[in-house]
Amino acid sequence: MNTVTITITKQPELFIEAECFSPDALAGKSADAISKLPIYIGKTTETVGDYFAVDGNAGATAAETKLVIKGDTSRVKYIGSKMTAGEVVINGNADMYVGNFMSGGKITAKGNIGHFAATSMSGGEIIVEGNAGNYLAASYRGDWRGMSGGKITVLGNVGSDCATFITGGEIVIGGNVDVHVMTHADGGKVIIKGNAKSRLGGQASRGEIYLFGTVDVMMPGYAYSEDVELEVAGTKAKFAVYNGDLGERHPTRKGQPIYAKLYLKK
Amino acid sequence: MTEILIKNGFVFDPTQGIKGDKKDIAVKDGKIVDKVSSSAKVIDATGMTVMAGGVDIHTHVAGAKVNVGRNFRPEDKLQAVYEPARGVRHMSGGYSVPTVFKTAYKYADLGYTTVFEAAMPPLYARHTHEEMRDTPILDQGAFPMFGNNWFMLDYLKNQEYDNAAAYIAWLLRSTKGYGIKCVNPGGTEAWGWGLNCLTVNDPVPYFEITPREIISGLINANESLLLPHSMHLHGNNLGNPGNYTTTLDSLKIAEGVKTDNKFGREQVLHHTHIQFHSYGGTTWADFESKGPEVMDYINKNKNITCDIGFVTLDETTTMTGDGPFEHHLTALNHLKWANTDVEVECGSGIVPYVYSKDVYVCGVQWSIGLEMALLAKDHMRCHLTTDHPNAGPFTRYPRVMKWLMNQESREALLHTMKNEDKVRDRSSLSSIDRELTLYEIAMMTRAGTAKALGLADRCGGLGIGLQADIAVYPFNPETDGNDAEKIEWAFGNAVYLVKDGQIIINDSEIVSNGNKKTYWVDVTTNPNKQVERDISEMFTKYYTVTEKNYDVEEHAFMKNPFVIKVDATQ
Repeated sequence: MNTVTITITKQPELFIEAECFSPDALAGKSADAISKLPIYIGKTTETVGDYFAVDGNAGATAAETKLVIKGDTSRVKYIGSKMTAGEVVINGNADMYVGNFMSGGKITAKGNIGHFAATSMSGGEIIVEGNAGNYLAASYRGDWRGMSGGKITVLGNVGSDCATFITGGEIVIGGNVDVHVMTHADGGKVIIKGNAKSRLGGQASRGEIYLFGTVDVMMPGYAYSEDVELEVAGTKAKFAVYNGDLGERHPTRKGQPIYAKLYLKK
Repeated sequence: MTEILIKNGFVFDPTQGIKGDKKDIAVKDGKIVDKVSSSAKVIDATGMTVMAGGVDIHTHVAGAKVNVGRNFRPEDKLQAVYEPARGVRHMSGGYSVPTVFKTAYKYADLGYTTVFEAAMPPLYARHTHEEMRDTPILDQGAFPMFGNNWFMLDYLKNQEYDNAAAYIAWLLRSTKGYGIKCVNPGGTEAWGWGLNCLTVNDPVPYFEITPREIISGLINANESLLLPHSMHLHGNNLGNPGNYTTTLDSLKIAEGVKTDNKFGREQVLHHTHIQFHSYGGTTWADFESKGPEVMDYINKNKNITCDIGFVTLDETTTMTGDGPFEHHLTALNHLKWANTDVEVECGSGIVPYVYSKDVYVCGVQWSIGLEMALLAKDHMRCHLTTDHPNAGPFTRYPRVMKWLMNQESREALLHTMKNEDKVRDRSSLSSIDRELTLYEIAMMTRAGTAKALGLADRCGGLGIGLQADIAVYPFNPETDGNDAEKIEWAFGNAVYLVKDGQIIINDSEIVSNGNKKTYWVDVTTNPNKQVERDISEMFTKYYTVTEKNYDVEEHAFMKNPFVIKVDATQ
């Protein structure tokens, strides 16, 4: 695997939209060619070389390419956007749209990432050692097809509207989460190790939420069904299971309705 | 003005019976003439197909519901990347509900020059006209909706046909409308009571009138007003299994009615998106095509025209004045839904829809459209539309042409369907080996539609004296035969487009935003004090706007208004 290291040399006045910061866009390109790729700042088009130092040539394919981003990239958007394979390591923070529409490969962010990360993600893995913003793994605005596969692990906290319209895949949140988790979900799984605020699984018809901490306000559309002993994300515990959202239509299997399930640790 | 000579193209013009002869077309002062001077600009169309500019009889491209579609489907923009401004082109984007600019540019690429907005809620006529004004290049017009209007329901119930006609004339003048559109007659109004009209005999609550009386009343009013276009019907019970009986009942209402107009129009009823109205079976499980039955009836009855509404198997946005249908649809596909009740006039709804070739119902819908078009005996009376964007975006017209002109491409698609056998079983499409000719396509897309709209003396053909709307396609009928991919590419990429004698597309590049005009019809009727009083009472009692704020003023809302004056005083 070839490694391309991109180090930020100059902070932009506005924000950089770097749609080319993904193994797919870099594959087959030399360091020189990469520094000539376009990036967008406001309404102007500039090149990677204007703001970054590029070191190393990319592999022949995305799968053979590892991209390491160094320096303070908290004003850089679209890192790992639409990637299908390969690896991206972000050493600092990143702005919006990290790994959106990602279908494969791995992104590791050592700092925080911005809003709208992993929009409609369908595969691959994202690990965030810091916090993630709002709309993590949500669907694109207006769309009813959200995250469908892959895994996201956030060690820190996550903002609001996480996993809206999720249909598959898994999200593990090490810290706390803001309001609206798995709204409109039709599948998928979110594990929250910290605390939640309110509106867990609103309008969800399928899917699972596991909550280890507390919830400020419980959804009125969820009804208690039973207690179960489970091992979740390496921890064995007793959970109270709630079925919901009872205000929604639910698919049936063998005549029995399938509900979204809310597991609250006892 | 400039002179243009389009040389050596293969000309297809059903209005003159020209079937691909090599001919020169001369243009002077915006009209087609028999010859021009030697200083004329020469367009070399050697090896290319030349047709009149396309005329779309039914499409949803402007107005309140189109804009709601744009607003509530941000994800629609993901299907087509925004194109930046370039030359005379503005920035454009959107897929099934494109911006007004993209609408114009894409129609131009398809060689279309005249496009009719099929459903204008009268109360939102100002919005519709503002969007048409901002749509460059295309000549446009809009049909206001009458089928659920309280005035109409009252007048027709009481058999006050003179009052009905006078009201229609007033509304066409106020909203700068072109003709009479009737969507789910009575049904949208009935929905206000939680009901619908699924047959032509279901009474509308409170008004106690049936769809049959509404359709018949509107057809007769249309003929008494001598309008250029006929009554334009979207019948009851759209999109439901077994609805073909309702469709046949609706069509039969036109039996024996004779047309009366000075515009060369021969039909008294245009039934739109007939594909959605030709379903058999009782549920989605035994859903099947009744296209042959409906088309057989249309073939035999010369006073009816139809457009098909081909399903193109895309992800699209459905939008119609048929409010109850959209509510029904959102219950079927569980996607988001928008709805409006337009005061005393009509209603509308919007729901996104994914026509997948792997869902057998969609496959059958696709088959029914093609089956009907291939069984039609007179393509001057059977037009090509996708009911844009309901059955698919208009940008797919070239693909529909490919399917119509090439059996192999139909078979190839059928072959990739997940439920191939079931789809083949539910319609007769796979047994039809007919392939339409370019001459028939020209009937379906310009000559036939222009005639049905009463515009045959202006557009849809290449005869001397007609408006110089001419499209040149990169398709050589001698060497390209019916090459499927060539058809789809060529008819979506006009090399030259002339409109009103002005070059819009030159060498495949849009070079001008043209000088669009907006058609509307001004009918003079005998003075009618009763109707004047009713209108003023309705505005006082029910409307949220005043009459002054309702009127579409030409100078403020329209670009190049073009009035067709009709004298219906008898």
